[in-house]
Amino acid sequence: MGMTMVEKILARATGQKKVTAGQVVEPKVSLAMSHENAALVINQFLEVYKDTGLKPKVWDPDKIAIILDHRVPAESSKTATNQKKIREFVAAQKIKKFHDIRGDQGGICHQILPESGYVLPGTVVVGTDSHTTSHGALGAFSFGIGATEMASVWTLGRVLNVEVPPTIKVVATGRFGRYVLPKDFILYLIGKISAEGANFKVLEYHGPAIEHMSTSGRLTICNMSVEAGATSGIVPPDRETLRYLKEEAGVKGKVEVFGPDSDAEYDQIVEIDVSELEPQVACPHMVDNVKPVGRVGKVKVDQIVIGSCTNGRLDDLAVAAKILKGKKIARGVRMLVFPASFRIYQQALKLGYLADLVKAGAVVMNPGCGCCLGVHQGALGDGEVALSTTNRNFKGRMGNPRAEVYLCSPAVAAASALTGYITDPRKGGK
Amino acid sequence: MARVVLKLGDDISTDIIYPGRFMATVLPTETPQYAFADFPEFNAQLKKGEIPAGSIVVAGKNFGCGSSREQAASTLKGHELVIVAKNFARIFLQNAINLGLRLVVCPEIEAEEGDELEILPDKIINRTSGKEFRVEPLPKARQAIIDAGGLIPYTRQRLLEKAASRKKV
Repeated sequence: MGMTMVEKILARATGQKKVTAGQVVEPKVSLAMSHENAALVINQFLEVYKDTGLKPKVWDPDKIAIILDHRVPAESSKTATNQKKIREFVAAQKIKKFHDIRGDQGGICHQILPESGYVLPGTVVVGTDSHTTSHGALGAFSFGIGATEMASVWTLGRVLNVEVPPTIKVVATGRFGRYVLPKDFILYLIGKISAEGANFKVLEYHGPAIEHMSTSGRLTICNMSVEAGATSGIVPPDRETLRYLKEEAGVKGKVEVFGPDSDAEYDQIVEIDVSELEPQVACPHMVDNVKPVGRVGKVKVDQIVIGSCTNGRLDDLAVAAKILKGKKIARGVRMLVFPASFRIYQQALKLGYLADLVKAGAVVMNPGCGCCLGVHQGALGDGEVALSTTNRNFKGRMGNPRAEVYLCSPAVAAASALTGYITDPRKGGK
Repeated sequence: MARVVLKLGDDISTDIIYPGRFMATVLPTETPQYAFADFPEFNAQLKKGEIPAGSIVVAGKNFGCGSSREQAASTLKGHELVIVAKNFARIFLQNAINLGLRLVVCPEIEAEEGDELEILPDKIINRTSGKEFRVEPLPKARQAIIDAGGLIPYTRQRLLEKAASRKKV
């Protein structure tokens, strides 16, 4: 029997010929990413070294990336102090892949990593963020870990005691219809297999609909793979991966790529024909409470959010700008737009998307996680409803347990901004 | 034997265990005050010290889904709660083991608030209802960490071994 994509990566990262699901391994890490929670990682890292007589020193400063994104600019003195502590540590340990709150380098970690060329196919990437699954879009085995586990990685350069996960093969056939986007595909899949359908497993994506999908779209589906419980999502690298790495991420030199073996053993196979797919909406308060937009009913919205590590990329802003250009968002609706990075912000500025959005009535915010995790920049009032292109709608997620969050694609979000109700973009606004 | 102090359903997310708005608080010594902050009554009982260490929270499937925030594990560890659930989301389970928070995987658990449970290595006996439920072992990959008392002492041990082997060479 052959190996899945992740088994092959783990075999390489452990110097073995073959590994199989269930085996316990300690893979070498190629990239270890943190954001503001690096403050906790630093605390735990120093704790590891306590009373050892050894000087705390990270295993390889070039393999550590820290991106400030969750609460930027700082919403409180506490966060500002944590961010200061991180800057001091970064300087002391000589960590170069550090992205501070700056218009020439900042943004959301899950956009900064790919666009900076930090992620390469076939490598092991870990991050202290559950949406680290995103980087499977470039063919890496990329997964979320906690802060203490990251402290262990910073110390030893390996993830300790990893059980090789079994893999679910997802085959996407057909072609996406007009205004049906990768977000609709991943919401549909989560609804189909449930929020724990891939717990402790990997989702490996195949099929013509994936082959024709841009890296941006692949980042969306790998990003939300964790919402089905998956350890990681992964797309076997192909011509599009190489194009993205060379043209958009500035990677120079030869990039080695490999796919899974043709006789790899899968836990199960799920097939989806995307030609039949309608725009999807995840209703409160669970990500797997997914319905086609036409079956959601008449839902009035108070706040529309376009952005996040899921849908804040250039093509997401482009589709929203196309729908909103020359029109006005409905009275009583506030619309917040968070480009995923300052590079995207600048591109969208140049292409006129930001002007189209602002003229329609949207507020363009600084790149970052924004209101997605409910700390700042757009909390909801009691009884309010948000329609958002982000990735989670758990109770309390946007800062208020007495509010509701619906999740959708940027096309549904923009069309709904025009009407003030959850709207099918194929039917248009008013 | 210990008492069930809170009964929850399926898919309890880290946003319910430790809401995102408190994420600027990171230290395990400070996170316990925000445990289940959106359940004000239970949170108040925890803060007043009315819930004895070892008390049990019973939940359904996919407990701890969502964010990788370690605060969700440290906040519960701070009160020495024991979590019995039908199953756990991956990152939460690992964080809990890394910090020494006690989790019990019990796929068929039936218990109500106020019930007294006896937790044995292979089963849980609900002393109130008289019913027994099998317990599933935690992932075998994590046993070494549990045995070492958490990931910090385990990593420290590995670091010292590495440093010693370097000296020999």
